Amino acid sequence: MPIDFLYPEYEVVRDASRCIACRACERQCSNEVHAFDEELECMVSDESRCVNCHRCVSICPTRALKIVKTDHTFRENANWTGDTIRELYRQAGSGGVLLSSMGNPKPLPVYWDRLLLNASQVTNPSIDPLREPMETKTFLGKKPTKIERDEDGRIKTELTPQLELSTPILFSAMSYGSISYNAHESLARAAEALGIYYNTGEGGLHQDFYKYGANTIVQVASGRFGVHKDYLSAGAAIEIKMGQGAKPGIGGHLPGTKIVGDVSRTRMIPEGSDAISPAPHHDIYSIEDLRQLVFSLKEASGYKKPVIVKIAAVHNVAAIASGIARSGADIIAIDGFRGGTGAAPTRIRDNVGIPIELALAAVDQRLRDEGIRNTVSLVVGGSVRSSADVVKAIALGADACYIGTAALLALGCHLCRSCQTGKCNWGIATQRPDLVKRLNPDIGMRRLVNLVNAWTHEIKEIMGGMGINSIEALRGNRLMLRGVGLTEKELEILGVKHAGE
Amino acid sequence: MLKEGRSAAGENRIPAGCAVSSIFSRSGKRLDGSEIVRSISIMHERSNGLGGGFAGYGIYPEYAEQYAFHVFYNHQKAKEECEAFLNRHFDLVNLSKIPIRKMPQITDEPLIWRYFVTPLHTKLMESQLDEDEFVVRCVNRVNTEIDGAYIYSSGKNMGVFKAVGFPEDVGRFYRLEEYAGYCWTAHGRYPTNTPGWWGGAHPFALLDHTIVHNGEISSYDANRRCIEMYGYNCNLLTDTEVITYIFDYLVRRQGLTLEEVANVIAAPFWTTIQNRPPKERERLTYLRNVYSSLLITGPFSILVGFTGGLMALNDRLKLRSMVVGEKDDMVYIASEESAIRVVQPDLDRVWSPAGGEAVIYTLDRVKGKTAKGGVNRAH
Repeated sequence: MPIDFLYPEYEVVRDASRCIACRACERQCSNEVHAFDEELECMVSDESRCVNCHRCVSICPTRALKIVKTDHTFRENANWTGDTIRELYRQAGSGGVLLSSMGNPKPLPVYWDRLLLNASQVTNPSIDPLREPMETKTFLGKKPTKIERDEDGRIKTELTPQLELSTPILFSAMSYGSISYNAHESLARAAEALGIYYNTGEGGLHQDFYKYGANTIVQVASGRFGVHKDYLSAGAAIEIKMGQGAKPGIGGHLPGTKIVGDVSRTRMIPEGSDAISPAPHHDIYSIEDLRQLVFSLKEASGYKKPVIVKIAAVHNVAAIASGIARSGADIIAIDGFRGGTGAAPTRIRDNVGIPIELALAAVDQRLRDEGIRNTVSLVVGGSVRSSADVVKAIALGADACYIGTAALLALGCHLCRSCQTGKCNWGIATQRPDLVKRLNPDIGMRRLVNLVNAWTHEIKEIMGGMGINSIEALRGNRLMLRGVGLTEKELEILGVKHAGE
Repeated sequence: MLKEGRSAAGENRIPAGCAVSSIFSRSGKRLDGSEIVRSISIMHERSNGLGGGFAGYGIYPEYAEQYAFHVFYNHQKAKEECEAFLNRHFDLVNLSKIPIRKMPQITDEPLIWRYFVTPLHTKLMESQLDEDEFVVRCVNRVNTEIDGAYIYSSGKNMGVFKAVGFPEDVGRFYRLEEYAGYCWTAHGRYPTNTPGWWGGAHPFALLDHTIVHNGEISSYDANRRCIEMYGYNCNLLTDTEVITYIFDYLVRRQGLTLEEVANVIAAPFWTTIQNRPPKERERLTYLRNVYSSLLITGPFSILVGFTGGLMALNDRLKLRSMVVGEKDDMVYIASEESAIRVVQPDLDRVWSPAGGEAVIYTLDRVKGKTAKGGVNRAH
């Protein structure tokens, strides 16, 4: 049907004067964009297959390649945009649900960019992190409301289990299966080297990675894939995944083509079978059920691990978080509507949920209004893009931040948003051995360590400028923030003043 | 009388620089207030005339069992309302104007009254609170609900005297030479704003704890938002108010010792904690972790007065000056050594405490507040 013809979104521009026909691009492209034309004796491209992942561009030894957005266009229409029309044609042709990957790309407000940070002048000295100690160590977990003393009057120092982080950053949940063995190895080793944590996601824990257990958060999601006693005992904490920012209210679907070999064994499901996580946990239809699962997991792990409950940022997030705080959870993780995913229905990803900045501000304030903020820690993600976002999140009230997309970018992801195809040219979101081996875990780990170290340096620099020398004095310190270009209502929800006030 | 920080643009916190001084007799010898006035006046340059104040301990022996309320009223109506409230909740043993000396340097004074009170037995029983908590809640209610009334001193056998002006003038205004106490603290304020509010001068007090403070804390909003969870309202928008509540919360409600409070608000660095013996390391880690939102950063030197003792504490980087001097049973702590030498040139010992090092003195006969008598230097 000619109606279904869609002109490629991107064009491959090849500079013939530079191309030496080495065919590296052809070998590197899993989407089979490039080919050598024997008759013409030159490289040709099929742009219709291109996802704009920049693999060929990066690898080309003569810099002969670039990818440009096509100027081919529909008749201009502010209402019926090209994307909207294209998606409609695809659905009319297939009858299917549109699938997308990574975070919501729509031009919706990014509140991080509307918040500005403070610095000391005159009345209070700024502190130079090169000359003075600057502390980022963070503990996550429940704090007691009363101290207890022994018969000699000494404080009893036993606490419910806590996570200790050298810096307030964690790698967020990405399952083995949705991402590759090498990506997982990079995350696990980086977490260990950095003194932070990574998260298994709902894919179980590969036998090879049990040795990184002290820096691992093991996830229990609605499909319960890969969950068994040793798994629960292997990690430093257990996370119950109730929701994900990219797809609140729905489950997950890892296609059978990715359930191969070790992925199948780790998930404890047959090879080639689709791994379908139900939308709800079928043993949690209400808050009291969540409490039972929290305590079941604590029982199963001997009360030695903090339990995290992860939810998507939705409209009623403050009340939900308040319920979770009373359910026995030690940590609440909130995932904003820009959070990434290996695959989600496009309409859900782009239209469901709320920005993490607003959700965080509302939750932190609600927990304080109820006097229970210290009984639980708050970790936020989706999406935290830089050290400045981390600082702003902590000033709004977070204890720490989850980073997912940022970590994948460090590993080489170019945000082509095609993870669902399983043909990731960077060896991240794929299970094809020839592609996986492109990601060298030694390099991957080093780049993750570099990224988090760089951010930590920046966090220290920003804190020092504010005259703050320990991260806990920044937490919830909203006077360090000012809004710019925000409405009264937005400022009220964020709990910050406008710049100039 | 406009409360400071209230402007057309909204509520703003006022940063301030300052001078502090204190004199303490370990033997409990009572000294009149003229010495402390002399001490603070030498640091005239550290104040700008927008606030000065004093706290004296042991000054009301004849009413030692009653809570002494010092109250500012903006107008007669506030006084009537407040007195009606006090009559409903307390037995008023004595009330009077606080004696003052009219002088050109101190103007626009509010009505300044003093009440010696005990909670009404029936009200106290009904509230199911202990006496101190009952008093705290009553003080809080007056200060937030009765417009124009402000109870700024509420302990037993102690009192706060403060005003807008230079501290030496404030001392003369309140005729401090007519009071005698075993401990005096003083404050000269250098706020960076337009004419201050009398209530905004230091010391800040809740029950018998008084705080004078020099500095600006960068952790203010983190501390405020934490302490407000426990029923405190920071409506004066000054750093010192929040520190006062932190002390009340940690000492009275959480039962921490003053050394432990110092370990919370001016916690040792993690690198320091790491090198401590295991038991000590666990204790310090516990305190930092559990009370992490009460860590105070930014420069401060504070003097905390309490019944039977005095504590001095600097921020952990020592970003504000503070000097301690001893002579026989007398202890002097001030922002500058000059403020000590002016009243006692001949000292047995003089030193600057390190950042985060709590210096605590108690009366020789009072035990219990701290494990040891005399001086404790916690770090």
